Amino acid sequence: MSKLDFEKPILELEAKINELHNVSSDDSLNITEEIDRMTAKVDRLLKQTYNKLTAQQKVLVARHEDRPHFKDYASQIITDFTPLAGERCFGEDQALLGGLGRFRGQSCVIMGHEKGQTTEERIKHNFGMARPEGYRKAQRLLKMAEQYQIPVITLVDTAGAYPGVGAEERGQAEAIAKSIETCLNVKVPIVSVIIGEGGSGGAIAIATADKVFMLEHSIYSVISPEGCASILWRSASHAGDAAEALRLTAQDMKELKLIDGIISEPLGGAHRKREETIDLVADTIENAFAKLMPWNTDKILKDRQEKYLAMGRAA
Amino acid sequence: MNWLTNFIRPKIRSIVEQQKDVPENLWQKCPSCEGMLFHRDIKESLNVCYHCGHHMRISVEERLEVMFDDGKYTKVAAPKVPHDPLKFKDRKKYSDRLRDTRAKTGQEDAIRIAKGTIGGCPVVIAAFDFAFMGGSMGAAVGEGIVKAAEIAVKEKAAFITVPCSGGARMQEGAISLMQMPRTTIAVNRVQNAGLPYIVLLTDPTTGGVSASFAMLGDIHIAEPGCMIGFAGKRVIQETIREELPEGFQTAEYCLEHGMIDMVVPRDELNATLSRILNIIFNKKIKVKKGDNNSKKSGGNDKKVVSGKPSGVKAELTQKTTADKAVKNAPANTNADARQKTATKTAARTSAKK
Repeated sequence: MSKLDFEKPILELEAKINELHNVSSDDSLNITEEIDRMTAKVDRLLKQTYNKLTAQQKVLVARHEDRPHFKDYASQIITDFTPLAGERCFGEDQALLGGLGRFRGQSCVIMGHEKGQTTEERIKHNFGMARPEGYRKAQRLLKMAEQYQIPVITLVDTAGAYPGVGAEERGQAEAIAKSIETCLNVKVPIVSVIIGEGGSGGAIAIATADKVFMLEHSIYSVISPEGCASILWRSASHAGDAAEALRLTAQDMKELKLIDGIISEPLGGAHRKREETIDLVADTIENAFAKLMPWNTDKILKDRQEKYLAMGRAA
Repeated sequence: MNWLTNFIRPKIRSIVEQQKDVPENLWQKCPSCEGMLFHRDIKESLNVCYHCGHHMRISVEERLEVMFDDGKYTKVAAPKVPHDPLKFKDRKKYSDRLRDTRAKTGQEDAIRIAKGTIGGCPVVIAAFDFAFMGGSMGAAVGEGIVKAAEIAVKEKAAFITVPCSGGARMQEGAISLMQMPRTTIAVNRVQNAGLPYIVLLTDPTTGGVSASFAMLGDIHIAEPGCMIGFAGKRVIQETIREELPEGFQTAEYCLEHGMIDMVVPRDELNATLSRILNIIFNKKIKVKKGDNNSKKSGGNDKKVVSGKPSGVKAELTQKTTADKAVKNAPANTNADARQKTATKTAARTSAKK
């Protein structure tokens, strides 16, 4: 389990509470009181810390390895989940998973980046950095949703598209471009949630949607703060400044009118209460679908395109 | 002051000082073959090394001149967008950077919109200006492409984009990222109107630019040796920690890997685009004697009259795909370029589609 530096006092307190729990087998009143007092303090500290996270701290929370990942969402909110593999020409990319299933009774296509939990899994899922095959599989699934007239859910959590020789040779740029194009032209509702990291082109390839939401402590950026700092400040040590300047937090994105809404995370972030977070995300998706359905094909396409055309224009 | 200036005799000194009057940069070195290039010759060869054929960057104005018929075109002002929406600041404020770059280049942003004809066909070009912050794509560039595409649809013209860009403009954060779907919508609208959308990829075409409108053309043409890719070489090298293959991410490499249709030298751009556009716009052409295109009407040096179907017309009327168009087109099908009526007919035909 990875630890966040700014959570250190909280984690220490939590460790102490655990210790006390172990001791309290004698069931003495004093200890219970002490535990209550300390738990209240933890809550207070969490509230204090998480209410004023800096951009750089948000980057760390968004990347926290204990945050729920695509597979956690799929298993909790999708019934009859049936993963589908491959793009029918080169290979299966495990960095971007997807398939058919039912979301609260509604048939749907769901897809998203999977970073993996253990080291072994992370390697298998290439740390959530998809290759062209992943984006081509996404296109295939989007078209499938259109064919069956069922809505699409996309969950975004990637540092970016994979930068490798093979990926370039097989047309990473084209795969992303086509993926964006397919998202823009698919005649069924698409709801997208940034659940962790929304890393540049690799993210927007599947995050071009009718409604885009971000978890409270997720980030969405054109470049990683480290990458930005090494170019503009000529040193990656300025990543904190870059994170601030890039305005990559969910709150910034909402203010810039680039996303449709923010999903609050439980106290202390999604990594503390995974299942609760997943349910909150599911509620938001259900609400969004309720507003989008039933849909008029022409209108949904027009609205989606107009929404993106307006971005960056004068208000 | 050094010993030479101190001890040099006045007469000699006058010679030394005279040399100072000679303008600098008369000669430059080719970055590829290191051959010396004289400024006048290199201008004439369109910034292509006349020793080794290496294509160096040219200004966006020269680029447009090379592409349009007779170097003539009409500029269209790019729409204005809010500046510095993020109030971005690195070691320097983005608003200051923008102001300085505008003062230095005399341009509003990194995109130029131009209208004109190529091979007599109506064309709208949106070209990137690398001199303006590395041709990076922010809201202004995105808006320029959207506007240019709108003009192309309205005037039933072909749309050509000329990316020359490192990618998205970091200083505009996620707003620059959103230009990827925006420009995609723009070029889709041209394509949905039945009009050709062609991309001329130049050095460099990378990042968010290559991963959006630049890879969505009906036909992709690239300049020799230009760099095309998604991730930068340094990033890839740091990720895989291996030597990159030779010629990695060059136009030729992309051709080999099926990402582009052809690599065309700068001095053949107008002719190549003319040929392709004339086929696409289905323009009536003059069939020359011995022309390999004149299967049935061969030997008759006559103009194909519109309305009277002939072998040539039938062949041209076929809806040619991009690849076919390139393969079938004879190099010397010199279209009757300034036949305005034909252009109108073509425009009408495409309007009906």
